[in-house]
Amino acid sequence: MDAQLDTYIGRVDGLEDESLVTRFKEFDSRNNRLAMLGLVADNFEAAAAAARTRYGAHRIAVIVGTSTSGILETEQAYRQRNAQGKLPGNFNYRTTHENYSVADFVRRYLALQGPALTISTACSSSAKVFASASRLIANGLCDAAVVGGVDSLCMTTLYGFSSLEIVSTTPCRPADAQRSGISIGEAAGFALLEKSKDQDDSVFLLGYGESSDAYHMSSPHPEGAGAKLAMSRALQRSGLEPAQIDYINLHGTATRANDSAEDLAVSGLFGSDTPCSSTKGWTGHTLGAAGITEAVIACLCLREGLLPASLNTTMVDPDFSMNVLLENRSLPVRRVLSNSFGFGGNNASIILGYQKL
Amino acid sequence: MIVYLKGIAATGPGFEDWNALSKHLTSDVGLDPDFVPHPQGDILSSVERRRASVTVKLAVDVAQAALQQSGMKSEDLALVFASSNGDTNTIHQICEALATPERFVSPTRFHNSVHNAPAGYWSIATSSMQPSSSICAWDDSFAAGLVEAATQCVTENLPVLLAVFDTPFPEPLYEKTPGHQPFGVALVLDLIPDGSLAKMRIEVDGDVNLATTPMANLQLEVIRCDSSASRSLPLLAALATPGANEVVLGYSGDLRLRIAVENLHR
Repeated sequence: MDAQLDTYIGRVDGLEDESLVTRFKEFDSRNNRLAMLGLVADNFEAAAAAARTRYGAHRIAVIVGTSTSGILETEQAYRQRNAQGKLPGNFNYRTTHENYSVADFVRRYLALQGPALTISTACSSSAKVFASASRLIANGLCDAAVVGGVDSLCMTTLYGFSSLEIVSTTPCRPADAQRSGISIGEAAGFALLEKSKDQDDSVFLLGYGESSDAYHMSSPHPEGAGAKLAMSRALQRSGLEPAQIDYINLHGTATRANDSAEDLAVSGLFGSDTPCSSTKGWTGHTLGAAGITEAVIACLCLREGLLPASLNTTMVDPDFSMNVLLENRSLPVRRVLSNSFGFGGNNASIILGYQKL
Repeated sequence: MIVYLKGIAATGPGFEDWNALSKHLTSDVGLDPDFVPHPQGDILSSVERRRASVTVKLAVDVAQAALQQSGMKSEDLALVFASSNGDTNTIHQICEALATPERFVSPTRFHNSVHNAPAGYWSIATSSMQPSSSICAWDDSFAAGLVEAATQCVTENLPVLLAVFDTPFPEPLYEKTPGHQPFGVALVLDLIPDGSLAKMRIEVDGDVNLATTPMANLQLEVIRCDSSASRSLPLLAALATPGANEVVLGYSGDLRLRIAVENLHR
């Protein structure tokens, strides 16, 4: 990929040299290579295998969020069309690009046979996987679920966001007075959800909330009405009061519009005390994988007792009322709310935390 | 899971609407060999109608028809949209633009490219702030959408509008992914039995020997196998045929979806 744009790109190093194990050759694409790196990280593959032994392959669902899946492969195939306009013979749309290909790859890689689907709601995709999995488990369609998100660099998003003039020329600066847009990144992440057990040290999905802006295809509701509704519903489902949330991981893309709207939504619901930050200064905006990336960060906050600072933010927008962290803070963390908002006005908030006080 | 059907709509090759399809399914009335859907996107504002693609219009048209039949309010309904390939023409146009030296992707084309574009257009047109999801599962997208909608209906105690739609790719992608003639289907699901068209009991079955239900009519069987949306046809036939009927749809891998339909026509 050779995007010629004046922007900082959060590229996963070495992805071009990764190769999928032979039995998955037909799934070989940048997106599925990234998915595989996510699956082998942190012994996740072994945890999924243990769950498969515990519940049976048919009782574990696979739900993956992605925005563009492997569209890079189709972009490249279009550049290699022959004189008759035909795509290369070895190009396989279904297994390398089509949005379900990533969920299909994950279920095959982990040898799982439960319900499988891809959720593709732009940048809220891999937050919504938690809600969908929770409902499948609650209704007895499965006992556990592998949820996650995978989104890899492609020209569609790089040139598309550039065309919207919301890509920053420097690493993004969420909530900063001088913020100038997003930095696009790529990521894969996964979580294994199981029915509640009385284990004090487990992180629980305490709540989720979903909503639509009903406002504009690519701009957020200016007062953050949809964002506020998603957070309210997550609080309602968890039975928690706003004051019981220790930290909010913001969607915080560093566009002028998103961060302003999110400030109004967060301060309107939580006031000006609850510590919050966007971690996109550390990771870039990983789009369809942003939800899972920030869910993993939420788990790290809980485990390490650490609230991360908003990297690259030097002066918080003076119009903002929410409490944006400019330095890391160490303290016990029990509950984290994470926001993910996408194109089409699609909003999701999840609350992760410990069940016992 | 048990859910009640409050509204239904369908359009596809040979039939303009649910009325025409259900007549064909229950009588000698043939399909119209010349009919293919020409989505209008009537629910969209004139500005959005110009921006929206054929795929988006197909999705919102069929959703609107089911909503109208249900007599419910759009702002009360959660939304599940499912499609195997999403907006096929937009994907083609973007890949074609990115193969030129200019690589210009227009803002409208870019926001149309997201899989949840129809859900976004719908929520703007109807001012509904209810949750919406947009999913895919290749050929099993209808079955996966039905499960997503039913679990949401039962768990969140919300009526849910499910719309499943497919459109064909233009060349050169068509050669790699043939079929997918325009087909749209929409169902309004609710927990409240009052005034419903049918009761549906939906269960997942792991029995690999359980055969999926084909269409007895060869012409319809060919349509059924054409796309993920058209794989709803056996369920649509069960909903058109008075009395109690059971159908089996393919679901993820070798799982099956067993649906027991009890028609309660008013």
